[in-house]
Amino acid sequence: MILVVAEQRDGRLNRASWEVVAAAQRLAAKTGGAPIKVALLGGDLAAAAGELSAAAVAEVLTVEQAALEPYTADGFVAALAQLVAGQAPTYVLFPHTYLARDFVPKLAARLDRALVADVVSLAEADGTVAFTRLIFQGKLAADVVLEGEAPYLVTFQAGAFSADLAERGASPAPVSRADVTIDAALIRQKPEAPFREAKQAVDLSQAQRIVAVGRGIRARDQLPLAEALAKALGAELAASRPICDAGWLPIERQVGSSGQTVAPKLYLALGVSGAIQHAVGMKASKTIVAINKDAEAPMFELADYGIVGDLFEVVPALIKELQR
Amino acid sequence: MKIAVCIKQVPARDWQPRVNESRTWVRDEDAAFEMNEPDAYALEEGLRLKGRHGGEVVVCSAGPSRVSHVIREALARGADRAIHVESDGAASADAFEVAGALAEAMSGESFDLVLTGLQSDDQGFAQTGVVLAERLGVPHATIIMEVKVDGGALRVKRELEGGWFQWVAMPLPALLTIQSGINQLRYATLKGIMAAKKKDIRKVAASGAHRSRQRIVNLYAPKKTKQTQLIGGTPAEAARELVKRLRDEARAID
Repeated sequence: MILVVAEQRDGRLNRASWEVVAAAQRLAAKTGGAPIKVALLGGDLAAAAGELSAAAVAEVLTVEQAALEPYTADGFVAALAQLVAGQAPTYVLFPHTYLARDFVPKLAARLDRALVADVVSLAEADGTVAFTRLIFQGKLAADVVLEGEAPYLVTFQAGAFSADLAERGASPAPVSRADVTIDAALIRQKPEAPFREAKQAVDLSQAQRIVAVGRGIRARDQLPLAEALAKALGAELAASRPICDAGWLPIERQVGSSGQTVAPKLYLALGVSGAIQHAVGMKASKTIVAINKDAEAPMFELADYGIVGDLFEVVPALIKELQR
Repeated sequence: MKIAVCIKQVPARDWQPRVNESRTWVRDEDAAFEMNEPDAYALEEGLRLKGRHGGEVVVCSAGPSRVSHVIREALARGADRAIHVESDGAASADAFEVAGALAEAMSGESFDLVLTGLQSDDQGFAQTGVVLAERLGVPHATIIMEVKVDGGALRVKRELEGGWFQWVAMPLPALLTIQSGINQLRYATLKGIMAAKKKDIRKVAASGAHRSRQRIVNLYAPKKTKQTQLIGGTPAEAARELVKRLRDEARAID
């Protein structure tokens, strides 16, 4: 059996959950048609469970407990350790979200089982399933096999499997409650309500065109060059994380897993290497242009058009050309 | 407060990895190495906490003998002493093997707070800190952007996705994985470099009791998912051609 652990917040299902259902269906096909169950954890799960029951899966399991709302790592690990022991799945699959990153490694350590994280696709090796993940900042792909006893834990990168590919069932899957006992006294984290830092002055998700700068811009006083190109294109200026970390641009202009997710008509990346954390925030852009002096930069893998060259020479030429 | 900071030595960011003959790992004889960037922020946070609350900062690293370079660097920046878990295999091991070896070497120390970077720039498991917390039996929180210590309690700001944050409180001892950009890094001074030479590095042999649970069976350049049109020529020629294609082919500009 393959167990998918879906993710919800305030009763709303995270879209990445459907992506993992799609991944589970693919994995099931590769491993002899094992049945799939989907588990949901939290306080009030009726709506999200109803939505998930449309999937072509054997069962939706809800673990509804006051101790699981709000989320804590200790609570989720305690609940899932019991659920996994009771259900005895071969694989337990999760989306590779910040939430999963917070508790899945601890669950794997508690269960003493293998965990492969941030998987982008399935492969085969030695007659068994291998999981492909990107390493060295996306410069290499590694097919990885898991060792030891089942269950094997796997987290999937956002967008690795399309949610649209998740098969729907002919009739709704049954939804049932799974019982676990959680001793609230053993939950050590005391979370407060999530908040946003400040009102976002820029909404990059609405921008038609974006010029993004990365480490390749080298110095803060080079930013006007990128601003001038953005102006010539009618674009908003954005940045990868290191630029915002350095305080060169405000965090509201950051694109990537910790910033905004964008999908403009044009995304022009200046000196952005294209590490996974940035790529997940922009790879849905319609047309992507990479300008980078490093021909091996992963951004070139994502780009429709690429110029391998010195951005300090190419960008002034581009501005001139656009103003002709 | 007794603070441990776990650091990993990784190949420099601009290094282009080459695959070994068996396609199971990289050939890194020619690589330059550096401190994993998120770990540098964890170290800085540890040093700042010591500045506010007193105590000591102990850097812990697992790896081959070359790891001593980043340990010395951490000592030069202000860490008080170090634990080096000697293991040639740790550089390519998974998070379970590394966290297991670190936990063994750290267990007798009774640290109040353990800090790690949120993930490494080489294999990027994002697991070592959290697994280590379980092995040490302490609570944890990940992707931390601010740390406040008040007596025996910790209050930390967790980064969530899409620009959201959350404060989480927990008792000490605890483990935190630190996000890059939480602070401004300091660099070693000449005085610090000189002082580092006299600081203690306790070497511990890895017991080998903790084995990796994932094994790379094939390593290769990522398959292209898109046909990238590379535009060559002088900067002026490339610029002209790019603008033409963006207008006529992609219709991305007017």
